[in-house]
Amino acid sequence: MAQDQSQPLLRISGVQMRFGGVIALGGVSFDVGHGQICGLIGPNGSGKTTLFNCISGIYRYSQGDIQFEGRSLTNLPRHQMAGIGLGRTFQNVALFRNMSVRDNILVGAHNTAASGYIANALRLPVVRREQNDADRRLHELLDLLDLRQVTDTPAGAIPFGWQKRVELARALMTRPKLLMLDEPAGGLNHSEVDELADLMRRIRRQLNLSILLVEHHMNLVMRVSDKVVALEFGLKIADGTPDEVRAEPEVIRAYLGDTQEEDEHAGAA
Amino acid sequence: MRNSWVTWVFVLLLAIVPTAVFSGYHLFQLTMVVVYAVAILGMAILVGFNGQISLGHGAFYAIGAYTTAILMTTFDVPYWVTIPISAVVCAGFGFVIGLPALRLAGHYLALTTFALAVAVPQVLKHRWFEDWTGGVQGLVIDKPDAPFGLPLSSDQWLYLFSLGVAVVMYVLAWNLVRGRIGRAMRAIRDHATAAEAMGINLAMVKTRTFAVSAMYTGVAGSLGAIAVAFVAPDSFSVFLSITLFVGLCAGGAASIPGTIVGAVFIEFVPNLADKVSKAAPGAVYGVILIAMLFLLPMGAGGFLSGLWRKAVGSRMAAIGETRPVAAGHEVGVGVDLAGSLSTADPVHARRGESVKP
Ligand SMILES: Nc1ncnc2c1ncn2[C@@H]1O[C@H](COP(=O)(O)OP(=O)(O)OP(=O)(O)O)[C@@H](O)[C@H]1O
Ligand SMILES: [Mg+2]
Repeated sequence: MAQDQSQPLLRISGVQMRFGGVIALGGVSFDVGHGQICGLIGPNGSGKTTLFNCISGIYRYSQGDIQFEGRSLTNLPRHQMAGIGLGRTFQNVALFRNMSVRDNILVGAHNTAASGYIANALRLPVVRREQNDADRRLHELLDLLDLRQVTDTPAGAIPFGWQKRVELARALMTRPKLLMLDEPAGGLNHSEVDELADLMRRIRRQLNLSILLVEHHMNLVMRVSDKVVALEFGLKIADGTPDEVRAEPEVIRAYLGDTQEEDEHAGAA
Repeated sequence: MRNSWVTWVFVLLLAIVPTAVFSGYHLFQLTMVVVYAVAILGMAILVGFNGQISLGHGAFYAIGAYTTAILMTTFDVPYWVTIPISAVVCAGFGFVIGLPALRLAGHYLALTTFALAVAVPQVLKHRWFEDWTGGVQGLVIDKPDAPFGLPLSSDQWLYLFSLGVAVVMYVLAWNLVRGRIGRAMRAIRDHATAAEAMGINLAMVKTRTFAVSAMYTGVAGSLGAIAVAFVAPDSFSVFLSITLFVGLCAGGAASIPGTIVGAVFIEFVPNLADKVSKAAPGAVYGVILIAMLFLLPMGAGGFLSGLWRKAVGSRMAAIGETRPVAAGHEVGVGVDLAGSLSTADPVHARRGESVKP
């Protein structure tokens, strides 16, 4: 991998985003390094998802800059994000509900192929080649994420936890350099969260990528992250190793309520 | 896959049989079924697979029909040569209409395309184009004879010719929708924001799909013009657009086999209604349509895929989930048209449901 390691993979500098009077992000800055798992935490409404949407171009921020491998994403069209190596999942699961699980994942291969309308209609050899390549990777991902049982089922018809895995498979299919996961543990039980932690470490190693992880499940974040960034009301309140962030008084204050809630959560599960 | 080949060969043989059994008007009716099937296929590609609603495809049908008629009468072009020309012309029109369509979603797109359907017959009548279009009178076309001295009547030949063109177009459409492009089309229909995040260029796919769709319906118009041997503005009123839309819904929007059912529906049900009641055939037609949509809410295609889904249902039970599927499966999906009408703003639609589980 000939990567320019001198600069971070993702650099967020002073990003500001407002919705009318609401300041969702008030000038947030941090870096995600190559091969890093970076946790992004914060209470509800602190701007985590908004930041994801700014990175993927769904929201246009009013100030600041986001650079990926040294290149500004500010004016990059949304549909080119996957091509440069930004893969993501959505907090509420954004699957193609009428399409089979197989087709959902194969849509992730869109940007790794190039055949157009005419080539497809005539089913030229290039289409078969692309299809074979995509199928090979599809089967690897079906195994990795244990989705064999539902391959031909419409994505809208499978349980929420399974849908999250389909979304992850779809994102991995795009061959991302940075995988952005918005609450992948939502709706998972205790043992499933453990599996998710293993899975994240495994894909980071095997697929040689970085992960930006938004998660409320403190346990999970602290366990897998190399680095954690904490937001509150659209401002960064901490940035460092999991231990540093956990010890930060600001974080303890912001999370006092949430930590208790988190414990109850763990107790219930 | 082999199974589906066998099915298709069987269907094809079945489709050739009528030339031996039927003649005259009945054969003409079957030719029109083939023509409407191609027209509805064009709509299915746009509405069913890509989620762009069009209530104005009669306009593309008319443009195709007139392209063929003008080429044959004014320029003496052989009828079969007009088909590819008409395809290119209609694809061009479709592409151009597809551009403003990018800015319009749901109801607004439906209304805009409807306006197109209202406008086209009047444009065709306009005196500026009268030298070519024949104005209100329209154009009479010579009915082609069977080539190479084949022992076929003109009607038989027209049926087989239309069938041949249709088969080619169905094969191409089938290839298109099951591959990379078809997945992109369906992805946009189901979740545009996610599709874009997967690297799909929404504008490109939507405009090109519009072009392909218009091309299909336009070619159907050409075949229809040759079969009827006559074009006039009043044959392409808004009623044609509505009829095609009815055929689309009867067949089940995103189902390729369903388009054939839809074509049969719009060709024969009006006649049937006429037989039932001479006084109020429209009412009978309406009742049949409502009954059909009530019994098969996802159209014929949705019904077929529903059977298929039952087979999958048993597998879902194995993973502890038997939740029924709200919308159809894509093999023969009936797309929830009302649903696609209401997803104008995916980002905000998503925020609406962003309550934590
Ligand atoms: N499209 C939008 N329109 C208006 N306000 C928005 C929009 N998106 C986000 N906001 C507001 O921005 C703030 C941050 O929201 P965001 O969804 O980014 O929070 P979050 O950190 O992801 O929270 P959660 O943990 O609940 O997912 C909230 O006050 C939210 O109401
Ligand atoms: Mg969020």
